Amino acid sequence: MEAVDGNAIAGRLFEHFGVEMTTATGTCAHCGARAQIAELRVYDRAPGAVVRCRSCGKVVMVLVDISGHTRVHMDGFRLFTTL
Amino acid sequence: MAPVSRGFHGRRRPVEDPSRVPPGQYVTGDFPVLSAGPTPRTPLTDWTFAISGAIDEPVSWSWEEFTALPAQTVTVDIPCVTKWSKLDTSWKGVAVDTLLEGVTTAADFLTAWCDGGYTTNLALEDVRDGKAWVAYQYGDEPLASEHGGPVRLLVPHLYFWKSAKWVRGLTLTFDDEPGFWETYGYHNHGDPWLEQRYQGD
Amino acid sequence: MRDVIDETPRCRSIVLDPPAWPGHRAGQHLDVRLTAEDGYQAQRSYSIASAPEDDGLVLTVERLDDGEVSPYLADELRPGDELEMRGPIGGYFVWEDSDGGPVMLVAGGSGIVPFRAMLRHWAAGDRAVAPRLLYSSRTAVDLIYREELMHLADSDGVDVRFTLTREPPGAWTGHRGRVDRHLLADVSWPPEDRPLVFVCGPSAFVETVAQGLVDTGHQPSRIRTERFGPTGT
Repeated sequence: MEAVDGNAIAGRLFEHFGVEMTTATGTCAHCGARAQIAELRVYDRAPGAVVRCRSCGKVVMVLVDISGHTRVHMDGFRLFTTL
Repeated sequence: MAPVSRGFHGRRRPVEDPSRVPPGQYVTGDFPVLSAGPTPRTPLTDWTFAISGAIDEPVSWSWEEFTALPAQTVTVDIPCVTKWSKLDTSWKGVAVDTLLEGVTTAADFLTAWCDGGYTTNLALEDVRDGKAWVAYQYGDEPLASEHGGPVRLLVPHLYFWKSAKWVRGLTLTFDDEPGFWETYGYHNHGDPWLEQRYQGD
Repeated sequence: MRDVIDETPRCRSIVLDPPAWPGHRAGQHLDVRLTAEDGYQAQRSYSIASAPEDDGLVLTVERLDDGEVSPYLADELRPGDELEMRGPIGGYFVWEDSDGGPVMLVAGGSGIVPFRAMLRHWAAGDRAVAPRLLYSSRTAVDLIYREELMHLADSDGVDVRFTLTREPPGAWTGHRGRVDRHLLADVSWPPEDRPLVFVCGPSAFVETVAQGLVDTGHQPSRIRTERFGPTGT
């Protein structure tokens, strides 16, 4: 199962947050690695989009569409900054 | 509703017997590969399957022991919460009833846990009485790793996210403890005939 | 949809006239959603193949044999049909004249699409430093925009290199084989020039190329990647 990257969820994130998110930077809560959203590993062939840290593989973010609303879980980030 | 795209149908199959297809589902001839993470690869020499948690004595099997257990071949329809259903899929595996023989427990629930960290929760009654298997063969072939091999849970009467890929064990629990997708909003039970896709459905 | 252009046996470009289009940046993409009469929906992302300066918004679609959306876009869609789209999307995998250079583009298969937008945007601008392009494809007949790219090479000094991975022996005198460190080192701007490198294509291709670039001394922070999944994007 090959992962794509954060570019694949750019549209959904833009709709949810109202700003461009692929250049936002997240710090993995598990291993501390920092990466732009566009560079994270994304598994989007699933009942949601699962975003994993490229360094340690832990889940940093999950997007789920429930009844037409997107929910974004970000508890895998210790810190999250937008430019 | 969104504007209709003239002439678009997708790759769905026509449904001959609608009573076989749960509400909101489309029939596919493919077997889509869905995953929340990379395909794990545990060497069979290291592989074990375990029943643990709220039981007197945990039980586990090596690969040789597991594949020596009495197995069943079943043909079932499988429903994915992402709306595709695949009809008449053939599997071979060990019935969960067989694995629970001799296990005494007061627990009503379990968590299936897997290589790669995936989990899903189930009521014990949903895996008993011929409702669930731990499958190692799909059709005539050993279960491919992209579809959950060496073994996956098979619980066809529930949405297929409950049929956990790369399953390594069942932990019996007193409480219903939400697994991976359940934590992110999917239904604890997941009955496709009641369209229990999300929490609160 | 205004027009179609058959690019290769597998690929077709569609020219769109979206009402109230706000403009876009080279490298951005669109999310396209199709809805059947009974409400069934499928959605895919497609890189914009046209530059911001071009007349008409262009998407180039590779028809995937077991695709859900691509066969519809590549075969069924007719001039006059409407498409539901979201976009333009993206702020990471974009290049503008003001970003400067030098620029290196590495494309695998349909990964060439966003680079067409970038190259056309470059050609419409100051043309300060000519970009370099390395484009890996299966066969010569699968090279998308081949004539246009050769024109950019001949007339505008863009360094365009193709490599084919499955071309049978014959007329092709260009490079053969997968993109590896040696080819990257040969074609790319040297790391000391600190080029902005864009890599686009299937995941496995992008992983290999990005690693090869880092192995040959390029800074990870100067490398931008966009991965397509097994069904395109």
